[in-house]
Amino acid sequence: MPDLIPRIETRRLNFYYGATKALKDISLVCYANRVTAIIGPSGCGKSTFIRTLNRMSDVVPATRVEGEVLLDGQSIHGPKVDVVELRKRVGMVFQKPNPFPKSIFDNIAYGLRINGIRNRDRISEIAERSLREAALWDEVKDRLDENAFSLSGGQQQRLCIARALAVEPEVILFDEPCSAIDPIATAKIEDLIQHLKEKYTVIIVTHNMQQAARVSDFTAFLMLGELIEFGVTDKIFTAPANKLTEDYVTGRFG
Amino acid sequence: MSVKPATRKKIIQGIGFFLLRVCLYIVLAVLLLILYDVGKKGGGAISWQFLTQAPRRGMTEGGIFPAIMGTFLVTIVTAVLAIPLGMFSAIYLNEYARKSRLNRMIRLAIRNLSGVPSIVYGLFGVILFVNILKFGTSILSAGLTLGLMTLPWTITASEEALKTIPNSYREGSLALGATKWQAIRTNVLPYALPGMLTGTVLGLARAAGETAPIMFTGAAFSLPFLPRSLSDQFMALPYHLYIMATQHHDIAKARPLAYGTALVLIVFVLGMNMGAVLLRYRLRRKKR
Repeated sequence: MPDLIPRIETRRLNFYYGATKALKDISLVCYANRVTAIIGPSGCGKSTFIRTLNRMSDVVPATRVEGEVLLDGQSIHGPKVDVVELRKRVGMVFQKPNPFPKSIFDNIAYGLRINGIRNRDRISEIAERSLREAALWDEVKDRLDENAFSLSGGQQQRLCIARALAVEPEVILFDEPCSAIDPIATAKIEDLIQHLKEKYTVIIVTHNMQQAARVSDFTAFLMLGELIEFGVTDKIFTAPANKLTEDYVTGRFG
Repeated sequence: MSVKPATRKKIIQGIGFFLLRVCLYIVLAVLLLILYDVGKKGGGAISWQFLTQAPRRGMTEGGIFPAIMGTFLVTIVTAVLAIPLGMFSAIYLNEYARKSRLNRMIRLAIRNLSGVPSIVYGLFGVILFVNILKFGTSILSAGLTLGLMTLPWTITASEEALKTIPNSYREGSLALGATKWQAIRTNVLPYALPGMLTGTVLGLARAAGETAPIMFTGAAFSLPFLPRSLSDQFMALPYHLYIMATQHHDIAKARPLAYGTALVLIVFVLGMNMGAVLLRYRLRRKKR
């Protein structure tokens, strides 16, 4: 594996919903070409955390961020940062597969068209490449004009991954990508994540500890908005430093 | 022998369904009764001449062509004001407005505007359009007055249509690097448009049947000719009906013509409503 290069770093990140503090002083580093898993009990701030990394958290009214999020050393909250450009570099796959009510092809083409790519051949080429990368090409190559809703849940989620890949991000955020799909489809997506890290930085929120253990290189354990422990996944699961982490990963609560 | 609970539940459910059905039938019966009554009494008046000629001999002969055209034209003016303003206001309120006190007040004001009696809109139209803006009593003034009256409906209907679009469409689009307006234009509006248009056309249909807002702002008692420009007065079906039903000296001669006018007006409004439903159906099918 390539050397550890920090890609995304948070420094004393605080996040507020109105007066409620949802994230407390989170400092951690996500490395390039590695999978970082964020685990923790429901309501611990996992999803909130990952959504601050591409500023999707901006969309929610009456929220506030303190502290820093650095992408390749540059703050993503700086005055010169174009949030649109940021979201192109930091893609996101959501909890529930959210294909658009368009054809499979147009789902992929959508992100390209809004970013100004009009050339049909170029779009086709990128669509095929992204669908292959998302391990979906063989299943859909003969039905690209069909509505995306005709796909199964797992296929829809891989389509959403392909859609995210098409705009050529550097980082891909997965917000519990398998919580709404069956075990076989989940296994496919986990395989896929293993491949994706060769090219991308992957950060995945999951409530499934086995999944975190299987797919990730680093794991962050969050509880009630605090980062309890962050480290190499093997260590977090076999020899955690913190008692709370141990109780959680051994299934004593959560 | 006591009735078993399961059976009793079913009986209660049966009674419930029955009552709901009765309510539906009552509503339908009222509608059908109106249609039957107007159809029976007005059907005789309908003829080619009635639909294509101007009124003659103190409105006891001839037709209502100027009134049909007047209502048609004033509805177009109404649409030109109410459709874009209503849709864009709804987009602002639903997509851009933050949950501030000001926006809550705006929303409340819009809801309240839909409760303002139409005669008040009529008087307001006289002051604003006829007098202050000097549009005179004209198609323009009447259409704009109707447009204002329709706005709360079109805004509310458009907002409801926008609310049915799942947030995941917006977020999915933003996460791919769309600007907010791009996300709305390409991934929200296309899916909300059928609902927005339907609501808007229903609002227009309602406006087309209104009398009070146009009687001071542009509708004429009787005009043997068609309006030539937006600043001309016009005849309108609802106002003509009002005159024929209440102001005419010769009731025996006017009554059948009044029913004929009512029938045409009802068909006009029902036609618009059907058009709205068909439009929605076609747009939805195209999306699939």
